[in-house]
Amino acid sequence: MDIDRKIQDLKDRLSYVCDIFGDKEDDNIRLLTAKLQDLLDKEQNLPGSVLVEEVGRLDELFDFCERKLDTVLTPMDKVRIVRHPQRICLKDILENVYDNYTEIGGRGEFNIDPSMLIARAYFTRRVGDKVINQMVMVIGQEKGHGEAFRNGGSVKPWGNAKALHYMKVAETENIPVHTFVFTPGAYPIEDWPGAAQQIARNLYEMAALRAPVISVFSEGGSGGAEAVGLADRRIMLSHGYYSVISPEGAAAIEGGLRGGDRATPELIEKCAKQLCITADDNLQNGYIDKIIQEPPLGARPNHYEFFRELRRELIQATNEAVSEVKSMKLYRAMAVRARRSDDAEAIFMRWTLSRSALSRLVELRQRKFRAMSRHARLDGTGIFKRMVASTKSSVEAVHSYLRYDLLGKQKRRLDVMVEELGAEAHLVRQKLLMPLKRTLDKTMGSETMEAKKGEEVREMLTRLSCPEDGACLVGSEWAWTSPRSQEDRTISCPNVRTHHCPDLWVPDLFGDFAGVCPSCGHHFPMEYKWYLENVFDYGESKEFNRELESMNPLNYEQFELKLDKAKEKTGLKSACITFETVIEDVEAVVAVLCAPFRGGSVGAAEGEKFIRAAERAGRKRQPFIAYVHGTAGIRIQEGVNGVIQMPRCTIAVRRYIDAGGLYLVLYDTNSYAGPVASFLGCSPYQFAVQSSNIGFAGPGVIAETTGMAIAPDYHRAYHALSRGHIHGIWDRREVKKNLHQSLLTMGGRNLYYR
Amino acid sequence: MLNIKELLDKVKASPYREIVVCAPHTGVVEFAGLKVGDKVSGRRGDFMEKPGTLLANLTREKNTKTITAPEKGEIESVRTELEGQFVEAGEPLVTIKHFLTRKEVIELILQEALYLFRAPERAKYYFVPEVDQKLKVSGKRSVKVSEGMELMIVSRMKRETPLSYSGPEGIIYSVYFGRGDNVDEGEPLIGICPEDQLTVIQDVVARIQSEWEEEV
Repeated sequence: MDIDRKIQDLKDRLSYVCDIFGDKEDDNIRLLTAKLQDLLDKEQNLPGSVLVEEVGRLDELFDFCERKLDTVLTPMDKVRIVRHPQRICLKDILENVYDNYTEIGGRGEFNIDPSMLIARAYFTRRVGDKVINQMVMVIGQEKGHGEAFRNGGSVKPWGNAKALHYMKVAETENIPVHTFVFTPGAYPIEDWPGAAQQIARNLYEMAALRAPVISVFSEGGSGGAEAVGLADRRIMLSHGYYSVISPEGAAAIEGGLRGGDRATPELIEKCAKQLCITADDNLQNGYIDKIIQEPPLGARPNHYEFFRELRRELIQATNEAVSEVKSMKLYRAMAVRARRSDDAEAIFMRWTLSRSALSRLVELRQRKFRAMSRHARLDGTGIFKRMVASTKSSVEAVHSYLRYDLLGKQKRRLDVMVEELGAEAHLVRQKLLMPLKRTLDKTMGSETMEAKKGEEVREMLTRLSCPEDGACLVGSEWAWTSPRSQEDRTISCPNVRTHHCPDLWVPDLFGDFAGVCPSCGHHFPMEYKWYLENVFDYGESKEFNRELESMNPLNYEQFELKLDKAKEKTGLKSACITFETVIEDVEAVVAVLCAPFRGGSVGAAEGEKFIRAAERAGRKRQPFIAYVHGTAGIRIQEGVNGVIQMPRCTIAVRRYIDAGGLYLVLYDTNSYAGPVASFLGCSPYQFAVQSSNIGFAGPGVIAETTGMAIAPDYHRAYHALSRGHIHGIWDRREVKKNLHQSLLTMGGRNLYYR
Repeated sequence: MLNIKELLDKVKASPYREIVVCAPHTGVVEFAGLKVGDKVSGRRGDFMEKPGTLLANLTREKNTKTITAPEKGEIESVRTELEGQFVEAGEPLVTIKHFLTRKEVIELILQEALYLFRAPERAKYYFVPEVDQKLKVSGKRSVKVSEGMELMIVSRMKRETPLSYSGPEGIIYSVYFGRGDNVDEGEPLIGICPEDQLTVIQDVVARIQSEWEEEV
């Protein structure tokens, strides 16, 4: 019986190896196949003891070959390992790594979202004579191999909402969170609470979650990974991947494929290599803190030694995160830093943290992410300029501290007091003086005055309007009109079938009408310059960080050329423009993502500019406006350098809002994916220009990943509004007015500038 | 009495409908290079979001608009002599031979076989409450109508007037209008089938359902 099991085990191992290497020819695989077949042929005739010996020998050969094959794994092979049904999943980890656990909020398919697994678990350890239980909250995607209801680890929005809920629970209970990233990507449904919006919410909350967070990456697919991946310590399994997009997706984009065509395996292989998705790449780029070595060809559920190692690492990482911020640092902290992982179990450290330690933890986490992706952008600012800028910013910081924190607080207190006293005095005065005035009026008589006043009012209400007063001037002069308005031709509105709009003369449409169909209100896409000049007064404003430039950090093939072309076409150095401006007397900092530069995609340079803009707005105590002319998402050619901008920018925004700033987002044309699912989607005030599209994944991606056809108007602003993704829709011609109005009404006590 | 068999034979002899695509407005026409015999398709997709095959472009005031095929079919003729010329609105450009679908054939036969009670004016139409309830509870075929019977309510300009049925006695076989839709003058409202012919008509429909080969 035992020997049968061993033979079956060998068969499984061989099929696993064959699956991983796909169609590739390899001598080792051929040798193993031949040897195993040989053994199976002879099996019946061999006496028992010889068979045991043969199987033992073959087992060793398998070990040897697997070790050898492990050295030639390509990134795409690792992707196949991660996706293999024999790969470890979260349930295995819960069983083998923790000493006890209770799943919360789910049982099989009876669950809000079975692909997101939550468990309260604990480690039991013996330290000296004492037995200690240490609680953690485990949150992660469960691929549940072969269980269709788990949806392959693609989490629906409500799954991410569940994760967030239990993170908050962990925060309340003051226990660490262990997150496990096992997802090929989030499921792109837009129903409430919205795929993008929920991820944005998760990121926003995790940016300042007051609990130690340790995350383990096995399969990190873009947005789905970020939803639980913003952590104090990021550990990665050596055979896992962490990427902005699946290699297949990248290949489809690279190959320009449409409508169900499949990319060739060679192209996919190449893309996997170029995207730098492996653990080593990520460690080198600084996006993870540590790699856990897996057994040859990846961990499978029977690799118990690996689980022990993972357990040690998890305890070690949690200890590290906690010891870093503890107020009382003893010899244990040194021992933890020594990183001898064998000792991890022997060192006991309370994982509950004091209030001040938690604040330090959050601060450290934010600083850690702030420092990432420096190498992935160019900074063309000269040393002199940089020095000037840094001096200026420190002066600004000091000024803002003095003006708003030190003096501002006292002044505000005084103001409130004066206001209260004023109101009191007004009431008293009225009570005392009114009777006096009434008697005076009675005796003196003021009818003539009253009559005169009445006539004035009547005149104002009834006279015809006079053009010379400016009340009847029609049409408006825009500060900037689109060059398209020079063309002498007509154009038809796309809504002509339903709204019967008459044809439009282009000079009218792009000139006076500002690209809005006067019949149905359809907004034709407009250049970002229109907004810069007509809304934000770009000519008068002060641009900063102009010299930050996008580059090709991964040496992605031909990307340099494409970037140069974009730079030449737009005259910009990255897709983000940041400047200070004045909107009707209100000073504000604006960041613009412009679509003509590589689709407005966000990479390391754009992220950095955005962060610096948010910081500047914070220093200067001004409202921060993000105008998104259009964004296609994260720039895939920058790989994880792009994805990491999601947590980085969200942290910057969170810091700004927590410090009391007003953050407004305005979407135009098409805004999709990463940015919407992070630093844009987390804004409490998001508005869209009419006829814009907002969503998590574009229609093509949805059709490809879910197999569902979606209605053509699925992403329209009005649908986004009814789903609760955005909070208002504006007419282009009224953007400036509405923006000013919002700055006045939404500021409230959150605004320093008032 | 209608000879349904003859009607069916007539349809079978020529199972096509000719669709003449005309210029919707004036402009310079450019054909998309389709030849006689080419297959074209109409609007497709789950939401009818994919337009039909491009037939021609019509340019007016430097505004080029596409003319696409309204239905699936085969090109019967293209007026290539108009290529690059200015045409007036209503000028026939392309003729498409459309193979009738099962549903269309049934509809065609029914239109001939049934007595169609037409809308006297453009308005919204509703059945009177008793009829409406009967239709809902027992289905269309359960309602018998006769000359002078008060059958519908015409709702127009916030005024509701009763409408009496006029025509041969029979039962309601099909209803052509939806609740709350505006019906144009002269459009059929309901199709009435004399009671004795009901089985015959049902027979024919069943036959078409099974026999008519749908072109894919």
